[in-house]
This record gives sequence, structure tokens and C-alpha cells, in this order.
Amino acid sequence: MKTKALTGAEAAAEAMRQIEPDVVPMYPITPQTQIVEVYSQFVADGLVDSEAVRCESEHSVMSVAIGASTAGARVMTATSAQGLAYMFEPLFIVPALRLPIVMNLVNRALSGPINIHCDHSDGMAVRDSGWITFYCEDAQEVYEHNLMALRIAEHPDVQLPVMVCQDGFITSHSLVNVDILDDKIVKDFIGKRKPAFDFLDTKNPISVGALDFYDYFFEHKKQEFDAMEASREVIKEIYEEFSKISGKDYDFIEKYQTEDAEHIIVAMSSACGMLKNAVDELRKKGKKVGLLKIVLFRPFPESEIAQALNNAKSVIILERMSGFGAYSPLYNEISAALFHYPKKPKMVNYVFGLGGRNFGMSDALALYSELEKIDGEFLDEHNKLRYWGVRE
Amino acid sequence: MVNIKEFAKREVKLVGGHRLCAGCPAPTIGKLALMAADKEVIVSSATGCLEVSTTIYPYSAWKVPWMHTAFENTAANIAGVETAVKVLNRKGIIKKDFRYLCIAGDGGTYDIGLQALSGAIERGHKFLYVCYDNESYSNTGIQRSSATPLFANTTTDPVGDIRKGKQELRKNFTEIMVAHNMKYIAQAALSNIQDMIMKLEKGYKATDHTAAFINIFSPCIPGWGIHDGDAVMLSKIAVDTCFWPLYEVEDGQYKLNYNPEESGKKIPIIEFLKLQSRFRHLLDPKNADLIAEFQKDVDDRWDKLKKKCGIRTDLV
Repeated sequence: MKTKALTGAEAAAEAMRQIEPDVVPMYPITPQTQIVEVYSQFVADGLVDSEAVRCESEHSVMSVAIGASTAGARVMTATSAQGLAYMFEPLFIVPALRLPIVMNLVNRALSGPINIHCDHSDGMAVRDSGWITFYCEDAQEVYEHNLMALRIAEHPDVQLPVMVCQDGFITSHSLVNVDILDDKIVKDFIGKRKPAFDFLDTKNPISVGALDFYDYFFEHKKQEFDAMEASREVIKEIYEEFSKISGKDYDFIEKYQTEDAEHIIVAMSSACGMLKNAVDELRKKGKKVGLLKIVLFRPFPESEIAQALNNAKSVIILERMSGFGAYSPLYNEISAALFHYPKKPKMVNYVFGLGGRNFGMSDALALYSELEKIDGEFLDEHNKLRYWGVRE
Repeated sequence: MVNIKEFAKREVKLVGGHRLCAGCPAPTIGKLALMAADKEVIVSSATGCLEVSTTIYPYSAWKVPWMHTAFENTAANIAGVETAVKVLNRKGIIKKDFRYLCIAGDGGTYDIGLQALSGAIERGHKFLYVCYDNESYSNTGIQRSSATPLFANTTTDPVGDIRKGKQELRKNFTEIMVAHNMKYIAQAALSNIQDMIMKLEKGYKATDHTAAFINIFSPCIPGWGIHDGDAVMLSKIAVDTCFWPLYEVEDGQYKLNYNPEESGKKIPIIEFLKLQSRFRHLLDPKNADLIAEFQKDVDDRWDKLKKKCGIRTDLV
């Protein structure tokens, strides 16, 4: 193990260097571009034996990925916002074909208006695309989840694609120290891909992507749903196995001072760093506050989240994403998770940080004081959805 | 020249039992494209008539590795397969050598698939792309594409009281492909089957170096309003009217493979139009000027092509 100063984008590229995927289709888009630039340099310098395919669009990136993965290659790529939107169509076909492609998503606000900075509107727009999805807090998590993602994706019980998300610019362009495992250890952990079928067998040719009508389509989708469910156990197995080489513990969620907390903020990705600082400061003052960080977003760790929250008095679901005429996705899903619990916290949906709006320590502390007030408020449809940090 | 008797002995790898319309040339084009290959073939199909009709789960008419994912990305899919085979061979994981075939209609080629196709060619992926051009979105019920000819009646650009079908000229897609500097580009038709097989064989061989493209005329029985035995006959008329010239561009050199003017077989475009219900409205004497306009477009394109092929246009 050695420590390297890396950006989140470089951390993703470093994991890819160690994995050395066979094919990396790519297309530049801010703020993801650095991942494919750094990887291209690895290719140019002969540090990896990969085919970098510089596509003419993200639609073709995912389509090349599908073709290569179908043919048995190990495939990784990366994108952001408009790029993800442009590959929306083939994105859904990847899990349907049970292809274990791993993609880094550097979260950025979807246009319009055009904005290159971070929010989660891109990732949330594809939340039901069938990809296993992790939201990482920092470059360290990005690095480690790339390595684990590949093993999860290629596990025989799963065979589904995995998306590893990091916050655009905030994580992708901030230089931090990242612990990097030795190449040999990573290579042993990653192993070789064992495709579920041999597309290149001309003696026993198969047709991939046939027309599937009402007589079979539902059964095939059910297999896909079941694989997503099965991934929960596999992810735990891979966490344990990886923990042996990294020396750290992993979970679907991170419970930061939530055990006895009366007031909990739920968040994902980079904002969790600031929120942890706020929790530390408030704990010193005797406040019973905590943070619940969600790392695994799909499959949704419903019971783990519900158990971590149901004893709290008040909860803020803090999301870099706004529903239109509805609550944000996490708020809806956590409400559903708590529905069957006799005890439920009071819960408010706060939308924050859209288009890269800064979220600092003062914001984090102020939100925790809001949280205490929520405990005594009457909540209805008029005040459950709130916006943090927007000028009125 | 291809020996048809010998050629016919080759194994058929796109077999019967599919659900294409009776008389549709697309499966014949697909079958011949597989038979013409000098190596094992991997196929990628765009969404379209041929794709939906040959692979209705749990059946498949393809006896080769075949894949399909969407309408516009067949060239990107095959690029992925070709790249995978290249790198897996290099890493010693496999030891295989294939030809790669993309097959798509004009909608998936001229329109929605153009970007992926252009990109895959530019990146140097080595595959043969065969377009079966039925001049419309036939699979969804005969809608207008950029391959649809002037004045043709389609369901999205229908003939009405004030608008007489498509008002714009057909896209010259083969020339767009020529601009990509591939080793081999050609136009073919089922009426000239030896010429077509020769072109398919040349196309595959060219993929030793670059991608290759062959545009094949594919009359649509219900879409064009023709009888189910008419596709080959209509192909012949399309060639003899110079509506669909047979030519090839090899290493940048144009060659006209068949010149109906030389043999005195060139016939006016009305002979082509009058057999198809999509042009029925043109037969109304009031629309004679439209036929003249159609003829002028055919003549203009033919003259330009002849110049490129080095044939003097002032002698006929």
C-alpha cells in the first residue's frame, strides 16, 4: 500500500489502470474527462494493455461497450450528465443482456440550463436503469468501489453492470491523499473475467438481443430483477473479501453517530464530509445528532436505512436533486422504507446544492439546527419539501 | 465472375422460418451476404424488418453469432465486438479470426445510424456494412426516410389534396460513404446477382484494411405497392432506368459495373414509377410535370456518376 495525491477522477483512472480492462470506450465530457484522459495516457505509455476506443458520442460509447462485453471483453468507461443522458437508450440494454460493465459517473447537473457543476439529477434520472449504483463520498471510496464494482458485476449470481458515482469537481477535481493497494494484490483480487456465454463460438452460435414479446419478456425482466436482489448478498461477500486486503470495513450505509442520535441528516456523496464535521462539532456541545450516509443506492438498502432511522425524532433527507411536483427520490424511498415501522421520525426533504451551489460548514450546522426545530413542527404537504441555499 | 452453381452449394446460415413478408428481398440479401464470406462471420443487425422478423424469441433464423441492441448503433456494436476480438487475441485469451457484418435498413443507415456508422469507419474498425435500402421505415409501416424518393407516398408524408408526397430529393448515401475513404464502396441489386455476390466478396476482402460499405436495392412489397414476385424485376427496372446504378469505388476509383446506355437498354423513369402504388398519383395527367422533374433528378445523378466513372456524357 502506498499513498498518492490524486483527484477523484485520477483515483478512478488509477483503479482502472490496476484492473486493466480489455476495452475502454470513451468520450470527453466535463467533469468526467480527466478519467479518460489519464487512462489514455496509460495506454499511450504502454502501462496497460487496453483498447481505448475514442467514440463519436456517448451513445456509441455504451454501444461499443455492449459489443465488446458481449464478445467476452472486460469493459469500463466513464461519463457525466449530458453524456449519460445521451447513452440513456443503450444504458438499459446492458443489464438486460446481463453484461458486467463498470462505469464511473461523475455527477453533474443535467441541462437545462447548461451547467457543468455537480448535482445528482443525472444519476437519479437513470435510477431504474438496472445498474447497481454506488455514490462515493471521496476519492478513496471511488478508488475502492471501482475495484469492488468489477468483482460484483462479474459475479455469476449477478452479471449486472455497476455505476460508481462521485461528485463532479467537488470530488473529481480535488486533490487528496488516496491509499493505493499494490498492483499485484489488486490483480489477484480482480482475477479474470469468466463470461456467462461464449458469443464467439461459431459452432454453437447464439443470437443476442432477440425480439422478446409478451410471452417471454416479463420472465426475462424478472430474472434481471432477481439478479439485482441477489446482488445484496454478493456485495456483502465482496465487501468482506476486499476488507481483507484494504483493512477497512464497508457497508451499504455509513452510520456516523446515529446509534443514539435524535436528529439525523441523510445524504450521499461529498456533502457527507462537511456533515461529519458538523456532527463532530455539535456532539462536543452535547447535541444528539448524526449522519446517515447512503453508499449503495441500487439495490436500495431499505431495511438497513429504516433500522438506522426509525428511532430518531427528526430526519432531513438532503438531496442534490429535485423532483418536479414530487419529493426527491431518496425522500420517497426512505418514506417507503419506514412505512411499516410503528415508530417513524418526522422527515423533511431538503433540496440543496443544485448546479454546484456550494455547501459549507455554516450550511451543515444551520441544517442541524433546522433539524431540531422540525421535531416540534406540524408537517404536511406544504412544508415537507424545502430548498436549502436558494435565493428567493 | 462468380460461379453461381458452386456458390449455391455453400451452407445457408440465414435460414427459413422467419416472418418477413413473402417476396421481401432482405432475407435473400442477408443470406447471400453470409454465403459470400471467406471466413466465419459475426453479425450485428440494426432494429428493422430483418431484425424483428428473424429473431422472435425463442427462435432465431441466424446460424452465426448475431447481435442486436438498438436502431442507430449497429456499427458501434460491431466495433465493440471487433475491438474485443482484437484485444483478446493479443492477450492470448482467444485465437480467432472473423469477418464482421453489419446489416441494416435505410432508416438505420441513412438517418438514425449515420453517426455511429461514420464514427466506426473513421476509427478504422474493420467490418462490412450492408444496407438493404427499401427507401422507407418499412418495419413501422412505410414512413418517410431520407432514402425515400421524390414524390413517393408514405404514411408520414402522404399524398393529399395539396401536397404530393415527399417534396425533397433522396439523400445520396453511397456518396457519403465514398467520402469516408474506405477501401471498397458499392451499390448492388438482386437483379444482377453475380455482380452483387462479387461485390460482397470484395467488400469482405477490403475489410482486411478498412471498413467497407455496400448499398443494396431492396424493394418493399407492401410499402411500394408491388406484387410479391416483383422485387427482382423491379430491381432490374431500377437499374435500367439509371435510378439505381450499379457501381463500385475501389481504392477511390469509380467503376460503373453496368451501363444500360451502352446496350441500348436505358428506359425512362416512368417504367419504374408506374409499377408501384406509392407513385400512383404521378400517373394522373395533371402531374406529368412531376414525372419530368423526377426524370431530371435521375438524369442529373446519372450524369454526375458517369463523370466520376470517366464516361463521357456528351455522346449519348
